[in-house]
Order: sequence, then structure tokens, then C-alpha cells
Amino acid sequence: MYVDNQSNKSEVVKGNNSDYIATMADVPDNAPKLCPGTRSEKAGEAEACSGCPNQSVCASAPKGPDPAIREVKERLHSVKHKVIVLSGKGGVGKSTFTAHLAHGLAADPNRQIAVLDVDICGPSMPRILGVEGEQVHQSGSGWSPVYVDDNLSVMSVGFLLSSPDEAVIWRGPKKNGLIKQFLRDVDWGEVDYLVIDTPPGTSDEHLSVVQYLSESKVDGAVVVTTPQEVSLLDVRKEISFCRKVGLPIIGVVENMSGFICPKCKNESQIFPPTTGGGEKMASDMNVPFLGRLPLDPRIGKCCDEGKSYLTTVPDSPATHAFIQIIDKIVKHCQANEQKTETETGEMDCS
Amino acid sequence: MAASRDHLSTVRHVIVVLSGKGGVGKSTVASQIALGLMHAGKKVGLLDVDLCGPSIPKMFNVEEKDIHQCPEGWLPVYIDKEQRLGVMSIGFLLSNKDDAVVWRGPKKNAMIKQFLSDVVWSNIDYLVIDTPPGTTDEHLTVIENLKSYNPDGAILVTTPQAVAVGDVRRELTFCKKTHLPIIGIIENMSGFVCPCCGEVTNVFSKGGGESLAKQFSVPFLGCIPLDPHLTQSTEEGRDFFEAFKGSVAIKALQTLIQRLILVDENLP
Repeated sequence: MYVDNQSNKSEVVKGNNSDYIATMADVPDNAPKLCPGTRSEKAGEAEACSGCPNQSVCASAPKGPDPAIREVKERLHSVKHKVIVLSGKGGVGKSTFTAHLAHGLAADPNRQIAVLDVDICGPSMPRILGVEGEQVHQSGSGWSPVYVDDNLSVMSVGFLLSSPDEAVIWRGPKKNGLIKQFLRDVDWGEVDYLVIDTPPGTSDEHLSVVQYLSESKVDGAVVVTTPQEVSLLDVRKEISFCRKVGLPIIGVVENMSGFICPKCKNESQIFPPTTGGGEKMASDMNVPFLGRLPLDPRIGKCCDEGKSYLTTVPDSPATHAFIQIIDKIVKHCQANEQKTETETGEMDCS
Repeated sequence: MAASRDHLSTVRHVIVVLSGKGGVGKSTVASQIALGLMHAGKKVGLLDVDLCGPSIPKMFNVEEKDIHQCPEGWLPVYIDKEQRLGVMSIGFLLSNKDDAVVWRGPKKNAMIKQFLSDVVWSNIDYLVIDTPPGTTDEHLTVIENLKSYNPDGAILVTTPQAVAVGDVRRELTFCKKTHLPIIGIIENMSGFVCPCCGEVTNVFSKGGGESLAKQFSVPFLGCIPLDPHLTQSTEEGRDFFEAFKGSVAIKALQTLIQRLILVDENLP
């Protein structure tokens, strides 16, 4: 389909990798040689800084890591496990999965579950969990989350908006400020699992969450995808992102995996896995594959109505798939816990 | 700046494809609008400003192509011999398709500005802009930079279920706040026709887009059914209009395109 008929004078525009991929390093690509790094104690004051156009910015900015990272760590001390739900692609079911992961975990009344929605521009959690229109209350110990159930609480920007039409038209820094507040100021209480739902992409929200949680131990990320290549394309990028920022990956979940016609019971692939789907992508990228969730119109309906699909339709293939995937995630988190315990135990001995 | 003004001022119509929700088919709709307009004899440009998840190159099967630079600026990748449909995306600039573009807002804005000012769109009738989900940096930058060129407006894409419609309501507010005219709402993935028995299942329920359009009194541009042929075409980078002539989704797309062409012909 493509015809190459560019003029002879033309040259290929292609950046080198480092140009297009910002890393977490704090030395800018175009910094002078021997730049101490923008977060260094010597930023703006080292010898190399003289003549750098950003010298005054670096010299006046606060030094060292953001104090909020510490505060977040202290706040989340009472949270045992933290799981981030990610996907490079939008509309693959991150929020649906987050909600059902939370519902599934909360099925055990001895567990305390919290959900944090950091999708600032498109918060879906309040509706999916059936708590739309609720308000967040402030107390001396911070913002109180909204309780869906005795052992399931949620926080989302959706609770802070005055009407469902209100748009949050914010650029990056403002979004980061709110995410910081969500992580630092919400009074979750004693929580076993905190599930964090994210917007699509690999940008401000994701960097901020990872950065603010850098000292609080995160169990890992669950990456959600749909089977078609257009989606996998973006999800591979998300996995590269996790590797780049050092976020462990619990595994990949393939959603909308096949549709069973309610009349003739034949399965059709609405989103065909032309390149092998999520499982092959997971093995190619060397990350665990957690399972497949079939496309069931009742899942979408439950989300619209704010009900749990797991309890509404307890005996369906999708519910079984959900429960199996949730089990795997729980096992992963428990293994993590044991590992940390032995590590700290060893430290005590020495 | 003088040179940059020229590139966009040769463009007759600018259409922005928006949606508050991800995965509702913005890129699919944008690419099919571009193809449909091309088949209607127009010259079209398609700009992909989704920097973290560019899908357009894949949908036209031009993933491996490079952007070339000439003295006037960056040349888009043309998908046909007659150069009637040119495509620009960050996907062409990545050396490995798995690379993640991990950028915060300001860097994304700079890239979008460059896309808007430096790409040589030579005398195209329509520029279709595909956006990422949300109401944030990318959208603000596109709209700020387009202001002086009088964009025709935005097409909002939604899927029928309430969760998606909720996000699209916010996008409508965004358009009003930024004074971007709304061409209309299109409902994608509106019902699935089982290839075996012909039974129509509303996988993501039905009617959400239409009632939203009514509620906000903006035009409703129609429903595109969930058609596996359409997904297959975008997966394989084939021309859906040629590959599946009799398909149900084509009819819906053609009505939409006729509407956009009318906009063009009504002008003096």
C-alpha cells in the first residue's frame, strides 16, 4: 500500500533512542558534561553548571528527593499489598478489572480492600463500584475514602466533582499534585490490598504514581490487554515502561477474549488475536500470563449499574476466569510477603 | 513561525477526533474517515497526536516507514500512489516498536507543536487529527495551536455503555470550555451481528451515544456496529472500504463521510 516517492533531497528523520525515551535519570540529555543531575545536592552549584541555561532553576529548586515520597511511605505503612493495574491502551477494561479484583478480594470478609483511581480525566471507578455522587469527607487524619462495603473503600477524583458533566481539564503538574494528595492524604486505615487503577498511556500519572511509591514497596503491576495487535502494540510499550522504571510485573490479563453468542453458543473473535494475543505477547516479553476473560455483555452491564459481576452471575465462565486470576495475584502477593519476612528475619539475625 | 503558518493555512478543513474514554475506536474512526474522504476524491492528511500509544501506522500497515525531511519541513508518509492520503505519527520516529515514550506534559506539548507546525501538508482538503483519551495536555495543546486556523470542529466517539458515555460527557464540557465546535457524536461498537446465526447482541448495550447527543443538543452522526471485518482491516492495515464492500459498518461510515463532505461543499 505504501509508495515511497519522496524527493531526492530528503533525509530520514529518526531520533536516537535516548532522545525519545525520557528515563528516570535526572541528568537531562542535553545537559553539559559532568552535570551533577537536577536532583543532586550540587545542582546549579557544581563547576559544570556555570554557563548552563538552567543553572538558576537548578540552584533554586529544592534539593534531594521530594519529601512527599517519605510522607507517602509513612501513610501507606498500614497497607500490606499494593497492586497497580496498567495498560498502554485505553478501553481494554482496566477499571472493570480493578473493580472486580477488588470485589473478588473483598469476598473474604477478613480482608480490607482499598481502591485508588488515579485516572484524573476519566474517572470510572465511582460508577463501576456503584457509589456515584458520594462525597469525600475530611477529618483530622486526612481524607476519608468512600465505602462501597464494610471492607471495600475507594477514592477517586470523581467524588470531588460537582456534576457528572464537569471535566477536569488539567495539564500534567496539576494532575501530579492531586495524585500526590491521594497517596499522602487519604486515610485508608489498616488495609490488606490497595489496588490502583490508572489511565491509559505512559505519562504523567504513571510516572508520578511510581515516583511517589518508590519507597513504599509495590507488589507489582497487572497489565490488561485485549487480544488484537493494535492493543498489544501499546501494551508492549507499557511493559517497557515498567521495566524502565523498575516496577515488577505480576502478569498480563487478556480481556474481551472471545464472544459467545447467547443464541447459537458459537464463539466469535470480535477482537481477533491476529498475532497470537496476550499469551504469546506475554511469553515474547517474558512476563507471566495470568489468564483470559471472555467478552460477556453482562460484565459491561454490571459495570454500568455499579454491581459486582462476580456475585450477580456467580456461575459463568467469566466469573471462574476472574476468580482464577485473582487467586494468582493473591499468591504472588503472599509470596512477596514471605520473601520480605525472611529478608527482614535474616537482617534481625545478623 | 512564518513558515509554520503556511503549512496549516493551506489546509481547508480541520477535524479533531476526540473521546474522553480510551479504546472506543478513536483511531479506527479517524482512519476510516480519512480513507472514506480519500475515496470521495479529497486530499487528506491524518495526524496522530497520541504520543504514548500511536495506533495509526499499524492501521495503515506503514509501521516500518520513515519520516523524511525536506527544506520545507517534515514530509508525511503517503499510503497511496497519488499522495492523496498522508499520515504523520510518532510511531514513525521510534526505532523499536516496543519502545515506550515516557514523557511528561511539556515534552509532549513540544512534540505536538512540532507536528502541527513542521509537517508539510501540501494543499489538503481535510486534516483529521486523532487524539489520545482524556482532556489534558495533548488536547489543550492541539486546540490552542489550531485556534487561529478555525478548525471545523470535533467528532466525539463513544461506545454505548454508561461508563464510556460518562467520560464523553466530560469531553463535551471540554469542547464547550475551549470553544471548539462539535460536529457530532458517533456511537461505535453498537451491536454485534453473530456471523453464524445473525443474532444481534448489544455487547456494550445500546443507545448511549444517541441519548447523550439529544441531551446536549448536539448532532448524532450514527452508529457503527461492532464488525469483526473492521477490526480485521485495522489489524492488517487493509483498506476496509475496498476489502469489505458489502459490510454493514461501511454504510454507517459512508453516511458520516457524506456529512463531512457537505460541510466542504457548502462553503463558498
